[in-house]
Amino acid sequence: MSWLSVQNVDVFYGRVKALSGLSFDLEEGEIVALLGNNGAGKSTTLNLVSGIVRPTAGTAIWNGVDLAKIRAHNLVAEGIVQVPEGRRIFSTMTVHENLQLGGYRVTSKAVIAERIEHAYTLMPRLAERRDQQGGTLSGGEQQMLAIGRALVGGPKLLLLDEPSMGLAPLMVNQVMELIKAVNDQGTSVLVVEQNAKAALRIAHRAYVLETGTISLSGTGAELAADPRVVEAYLGGQ
Amino acid sequence: MTQIILNGLFVGSFYALVALGYSMVYGVIKLLNFAHGDIYMLGAFVGLVILTAFPGLGAGATIPVLMLVLLISMLASGFVGVGIERVAYRPLRSAPRLAVLITAVGMSFTLEYGIRQIFGPSPQAYPLRVTGDPLPVFDAQLSSAQLVLMVVAALLMAGLGLYVDRTREGRAMRAIALDQRASTLMGIDVNRTISRVFFIGSALAGAGGVMAGAFYGSVDFLMGFTIGLKAFTAAVIGGIGSLYGAMIGGLILGLLESFGTTWVGGEWRDVFSFACLILFLTFRPTGVLGTRVVERM
Repeated sequence: MSWLSVQNVDVFYGRVKALSGLSFDLEEGEIVALLGNNGAGKSTTLNLVSGIVRPTAGTAIWNGVDLAKIRAHNLVAEGIVQVPEGRRIFSTMTVHENLQLGGYRVTSKAVIAERIEHAYTLMPRLAERRDQQGGTLSGGEQQMLAIGRALVGGPKLLLLDEPSMGLAPLMVNQVMELIKAVNDQGTSVLVVEQNAKAALRIAHRAYVLETGTISLSGTGAELAADPRVVEAYLGGQ
Repeated sequence: MTQIILNGLFVGSFYALVALGYSMVYGVIKLLNFAHGDIYMLGAFVGLVILTAFPGLGAGATIPVLMLVLLISMLASGFVGVGIERVAYRPLRSAPRLAVLITAVGMSFTLEYGIRQIFGPSPQAYPLRVTGDPLPVFDAQLSSAQLVLMVVAALLMAGLGLYVDRTREGRAMRAIALDQRASTLMGIDVNRTISRVFFIGSALAGAGGVMAGAFYGSVDFLMGFTIGLKAFTAAVIGGIGSLYGAMIGGLILGLLESFGTTWVGGEWRDVFSFACLILFLTFRPTGVLGTRVVERM
């Protein structure tokens, strides 16, 4: 069985079916991208892996752990950390405090300090603004902070929900490079994106999600060349 | 003049202690906890029970005895606060705001008339007095009871400030006040953190109750009603949801009342306070410190 294995999962919000027989997997060390339009179930999939939504059918197993049986905040301690859609920076708290909160479940203060320093080295802009309120940062800086904050938690599996949303093209590239750098240092990544072009550039493998189920899958390069993906998600060049 | 200020600061430090719990609870779950004033009353009665059970204790009324009674009452009120949240508010977390508000009013009556059932409707003498020579401050006098109680209140507030600003759990409280979902994603147990907020807020109110008992010399089952409203006023004046706002709001309200009583007359005291509440709600609903309006993205 794969490191992360999601099999035939259904998720309902009330009577609305958000995921329908969803299956996908992720091996340790990979970057896997989930592509799809609004309402396809991308965020729901991440929240499933984060333990925030529960499946009504199917299984989601990670590293031998049944994700449906652990409370969301405890999964963070196990090593699954999500960078949520819209970044959700703690806006009136300082950059430094935001990073410290990322280490809430890390017991060693020395490890937290070390990871915060590491985040500052990766993202020097954050170091310059460490005493500024998070809400005063630009969109790109907030995204960097959201990723930095997640990294302080020491994730084994990092989940990113639309990290490119609302960012200028140059900033999108920087964020993607950052994700790649994080992956090179050993963190597995599951990234959800509408910006298929940006995501496929860094992803080892990708899935296309439509109305709560996987419609296509392949390596990043395969999908980038697939006419159906080009047509639907890459602007049909 | 100095006397008026001293009296104002003294009463204000009680208001601040109770306002803190009001404001903290509002900050994290956006609930006006109308039972909060009754926790103050409950704290006073817990102290009364301890002092009645050990009659020798209050007689020699020294500072260590006061501290001991304070500590036990704070723990007891803290746990009652946690219990109330667990039983009455948590099941309604996703219900309309109004439902929880009405539950809070119900909880307030439950506490008031529960205590009335046990202790009866008449005021009970409080067998604890802090005695000592009054302390001259410029042209005024501060009784040693006032001095001790003000120092205790100041220490409690300073401790709370440090806790919320500097510690990991304090950061978690501020985080859930801003965004509960994001806090969960940081690994924060939101329910446990909310319980902790109720514990601390209720313990501070309980401390205020014991201090009021020790200062005024008697307690009754409705003593929390007015102070609850005053604390709410103080929280609004300071900027509801803001910790330092509640402290400052309490002191401002105490001073306003003290000056108001002197100039307009004692019987107008409550009229004066609540007129201030209305003025603030009309002209500055965010309070003195509530300038930062948090926008969620």
